[in-house]
Amino acid sequence: MNLPGITMKKRYLFTATVVLSIVSLFIGVVDIKPSDLLDLESEETRLFFISRIPRLVAILLAGAGMSIAGLIMQSLSRNKFVSPTTAGTLDATKLGVLISMMFFTNVTYFQKISFAFIFALAGTLLFMQILNRIKFKDAIFIPLIGLMFGNILSSITTFFAYKADIIQNISAWLQGDFSLMMKGRYELLYISVPVLILAYIYANRFTVAGMGEDFAKNLGLSYKFVVNLGLVLVALISTTVVLTVGMIPFLGLIIPNIVSLFKGDNLAKTLPHTALLGMSFLLFCDIVGRVLIFPYEIPISMTVGVIGSAIFLIMLFRGRAYA
Amino acid sequence: MRNRTKMLILLGLAVVSILLYVFYELNGNYHYAFPRRLIKVVAMSLTGIAIAYSTVVFQTITHNRILTPSVMGLDALYMMVQTFIYFFFGSMSIFVINAKYNFLLAVLAMVVFALIFYRVLFKEGKRPIYFLLLVGMIVGTFLGSVTTFFQVLIDPNEFLSLQSKMFASFNNVNSDLVWLAGVVIIITFVYGWRHMNQLDVMSLGRDTAINLGVPYDKLVQRMLILSSVLIAVSTALVGPITFFGLIVANLSYQFFKTYKHSVIIAGSCVMSIVALVGGQWVVERIFNFDTTLSVIINFVGGVYFIYLLLKESRSAG
Repeated sequence: MNLPGITMKKRYLFTATVVLSIVSLFIGVVDIKPSDLLDLESEETRLFFISRIPRLVAILLAGAGMSIAGLIMQSLSRNKFVSPTTAGTLDATKLGVLISMMFFTNVTYFQKISFAFIFALAGTLLFMQILNRIKFKDAIFIPLIGLMFGNILSSITTFFAYKADIIQNISAWLQGDFSLMMKGRYELLYISVPVLILAYIYANRFTVAGMGEDFAKNLGLSYKFVVNLGLVLVALISTTVVLTVGMIPFLGLIIPNIVSLFKGDNLAKTLPHTALLGMSFLLFCDIVGRVLIFPYEIPISMTVGVIGSAIFLIMLFRGRAYA
Repeated sequence: MRNRTKMLILLGLAVVSILLYVFYELNGNYHYAFPRRLIKVVAMSLTGIAIAYSTVVFQTITHNRILTPSVMGLDALYMMVQTFIYFFFGSMSIFVINAKYNFLLAVLAMVVFALIFYRVLFKEGKRPIYFLLLVGMIVGTFLGSVTTFFQVLIDPNEFLSLQSKMFASFNNVNSDLVWLAGVVIIITFVYGWRHMNQLDVMSLGRDTAINLGVPYDKLVQRMLILSSVLIAVSTALVGPITFFGLIVANLSYQFFKTYKHSVIIAGSCVMSIVALVGGQWVVERIFNFDTTLSVIINFVGGVYFIYLLLKESRSAG
């Protein structure tokens, strides 16, 4: 699909991200003016560093992370409609956290993370296995199976959560929400920084792996290793985002697709765009959610859910040709 | 086994599960527990009938066995309409206080939506079924997100009143609506009865049906309306149960091995009574409320759905 007249330049995206970041920093219940920050001792400055900056960093990392996770999954599965939302990864992570909460009465943060990570990885692997079994690889058919797979996982989660009386607990962190991001609660997201760097280093290999197993092996790529590495990266990103922010649906699905409309499928080239677009999209949604019922907030998962599913529908109707 | 015997067995099972549900450990408590249980049984049976009937009809007019009204997002739509009523009219408006007006408005909105949806998705050329399914599911998610979005915007006091209405479940049946729902279902049956044979012809395909003298497009529209009304009834009574219709309709086709709609519809209705009332009894008495029926239905239905998809894909590929 060609979109004449519109180009997606890195510097436009970068400008958008910076502008939105600044807007995001100065929106909130307490009115902070840039001039307030000159006084390092003031209440405003403290608030700025405890709440606003962590929130911004969390949004940027989560936005870039989820989009890149989606991009890697789409490249490896060679299907434009696969993403952490449509492959059950997020639901598997949820199940992992639930199980860690049920079996250890006093879960340490580390136990929670490792359980969630193991489940996210296992869930994604299982889905990839199912994909290999399916002979009929219709582009639409795969996400359908993935969505159902996620539904089954989440009904298992609900089943056990109901038994253990932690339904409310579960739905509380199921909902993606940035309003609680402050110093001490978001640092886990920094894990995605090395992950993103790794993704960038391996970008070319992911692109080659996306051309199919035989082709990749012919080019001298250790296909298995690259695929597994990709899945580990995806699971790591999903775990950190679900544990700190919550579920952010559709982000990993729509952002890579929009970028590939403009830029094609060479990962090394599209990674920066994907990350930048993911960041600015998430920032935009966050700002909308914060402004709409000011001084209250609409959780990010809802804003993204509404805008994201609408964009996905448009993609489905218009994009039959390129999918 | 002849179909008559099969039907009798199912009927027997239905009666047993209803009796079990109403009388098990009643201990002579005829004043309090008995009427309450009775209302619940009636509500669940009506829900089951509404879902089964609407699913079979919907599958015939869309010519497939995988799509159901719930999978296509119709019950999510009901929730959205209710939220919008609260959002735009407030909890003191006539559309909230009077159950009949509320129901009528919701049904009207759903019928309009279903007709538009049908026109967009099914009319213009033949689209692959997986495409329709994915669109349906995403539309469902979209409507769901919009609904929650507006629920957050609603004034908290209004929301409390909305909550009691919206989160109907098997443990919290919306009993005010039982009689209204019963009347609506009877009307749809009386109306649908005349078209039963025409539905058989419709399943032969559009061209054949028109050749045989069935006013195909008109009938599709009427049946779509009927289907949306029934989904509104079931969602109003116990809330959305996504995969239930899919299970009973397909089981009924497998069990009776016929294409006569009168048999299939009757069979799937009785089957859903067995499944809902019997299932709820098991959940309440054997699991001791340790889980909810909808969770089990979603799990079983999800697995069954994947199985159907894989089976379909094998025959297609």
